[in-house]
Amino acid sequence: MNKKTKFICTLVLIAIGAGLLVFIDQATPSSAMIRSVLQLSAIYSLAAVSMNMLNGFTGLFSLGQAGFMAVGAYTFAVFTIPVASKPTVYYLYGVADALANVALPPAAGIVVAGLMAALLAAVIGAPVLRLKSDYFAIATLGFAEIVRILVASSVFNRITNGSLGLKCIPGFGSYYTPFIVVFICIAIIVLLMNSTYGRAFKAIREDEIAAEAMGINLASHKQMSFIASSFFAGISGALMAMFLGAITSTTFPLMLTYNILLIIVIGGMGSITGSIIASFLVTFAKEWWLRFLDVEHFIGDFHVPLLRTGFRMVVFSVILMVVVLFWSRGIMGQKEFTWDGLYGFFRKLKNKRQEKSPVGGGAAND
Amino acid sequence: MTLTAFFQYCLVGISIGGIYALIAIGYTMVYGILRLINFAHGDIFMMAAYFMIFAMVDFMIPWYISMIIMIVSTIVLGVVIEKLAYKPLRNAPRMSIMISAIGVSYLLQNLATYLFSALPKQYPQIPILNKTITIGEVSTSIATFITPIITIVFVVLLMMLIKYTKVGMAMRAVSKDFETAQLMGIQINNVITVTFIIGCFLAAVGSMLYFTPRPSVFPLAGSLPGLKCFIAAVFGGIGSIPGAVLGGLIIGICETFIKAFGYSEFSDVFTFVLLIAVLMIKPTGLFGEKMAEKV
Repeated sequence: MNKKTKFICTLVLIAIGAGLLVFIDQATPSSAMIRSVLQLSAIYSLAAVSMNMLNGFTGLFSLGQAGFMAVGAYTFAVFTIPVASKPTVYYLYGVADALANVALPPAAGIVVAGLMAALLAAVIGAPVLRLKSDYFAIATLGFAEIVRILVASSVFNRITNGSLGLKCIPGFGSYYTPFIVVFICIAIIVLLMNSTYGRAFKAIREDEIAAEAMGINLASHKQMSFIASSFFAGISGALMAMFLGAITSTTFPLMLTYNILLIIVIGGMGSITGSIIASFLVTFAKEWWLRFLDVEHFIGDFHVPLLRTGFRMVVFSVILMVVVLFWSRGIMGQKEFTWDGLYGFFRKLKNKRQEKSPVGGGAAND
Repeated sequence: MTLTAFFQYCLVGISIGGIYALIAIGYTMVYGILRLINFAHGDIFMMAAYFMIFAMVDFMIPWYISMIIMIVSTIVLGVVIEKLAYKPLRNAPRMSIMISAIGVSYLLQNLATYLFSALPKQYPQIPILNKTITIGEVSTSIATFITPIITIVFVVLLMMLIKYTKVGMAMRAVSKDFETAQLMGIQINNVITVTFIIGCFLAAVGSMLYFTPRPSVFPLAGSLPGLKCFIAAVFGGIGSIPGAVLGGLIIGICETFIKAFGYSEFSDVFTFVLLIAVLMIKPTGLFGEKMAEKV
């Protein structure tokens, strides 16, 4: 396959994706499950890719994802809630004077949300990044919890509305907004990962000491990866806030970090396409396909055992444990989806079949 | 603050600190041997509370037998988790085993939500532990009073176990050097099992003392105490048992006094800030050994 065919194939794939999206938008009623599940999957895929950047590509095991998403979501909400709805939102504590007349357009809000998360990452990055593997994990986890407690605390009542949370957050203008934002962000991440910086990140993952010996500045590259990852985490948080319309500190629990971590594990640590595929797969399974597990069922008079509220999550976590234990590569491992890979896969499949049925089988496959 | 109130808070702080210490020992021992943050430990602690509810409320078993059932089932749970989720990954990269631990924690929380529903359940009243006693002007429940004593007794027993028995010697050897210990003929799997048994036993005892004075149990009840106890273990120097005890006590007392001064919403922030501060200033903790970086 030459470069041109691959490029055309990619364009066709994107066009098919966009076409499907338009089709779903037009053909389904606005209350259809698939619409919101698709949006949620897109948001999760950005969150997962941004976490994967740090955990899978740079080898820094961070558990602070939910914290950065919370920062992004709150920043977005604080700056974009329309001035007219501020009195109803802050009915109990009143709004901070400086913010009373501030209402950015959502597009600016998203960027500010990302920048805020990145700024915070820059501040805590310098000390936290000195820590090694699991200490780093637990420190970022602690940081996420601090963020969660602080946004709900009374000190910030007039900004974050304390434990009441924020509502009246502007939603997506059009159905396609989240997809476009996520697409742009992931495209930037892909470019970044293919640049010299991306290669340096991967070198750090493979062997810190060797990377340092090759002239990579460990501290600054780790810092860069941490900040970039948080920037996109902040954006995914902002999208989440737009999607939900209302947020409280409990929207971003530790469980959210675990969810995203498990998505990237299923997709493959260190694979952007893997994370995207896994986000869609996991979100669809969790929010839609496996819903039936939460409802009691009867086949004739037979009461299907085990099915009741909560069973879905149990099944889901068991699947995850199986993946972690027996299939730790995940869907893609550290590889990316490529046309060559797909082509090779089909050729292998075809060769196998030909071996099995040497007479006539080959011709039928051509 | 009057002197009476001061003593009252001290007692409460030492008591909660003692419980943290019991759980922190579980973290610190597992980390010392497997180099694994056992994220599921807090959830094992939560499951222990549900076992107690199950035995006492649903089966109406008297508390002293329930207690034994609860401790045994908690230990079984912990050992089964180790065999199923951690043992297959013994030679895998450290990140995989940590992810596995997170997966177990996730599974236990979801399982508890499924089995016992997300609604808070009342922890059964254990008559002996709930009696109020008054010493001078300080009045408190027996549970609060005996917790520090129980903690001290168990810690002393554990230290003796580690110092004077064969299995204790094996544990020390394994925590010093996993591979060499194996070469010296130590049955590593048995040592790890014993570690998990001790950790779960202490978590079960801690769970009973922790939930008795508290109103209710819910599936996420173990996650925050679990994190705090891990912080206690890090603060004291991970791998060190006296360190875990001291860390637990300091966190418990500080937390109680922060609450007493009316900043209860910041008591958890304090714990996490303490964690980050300790990691910045002295990552090996109070009593931790300096570990040489292997190249």
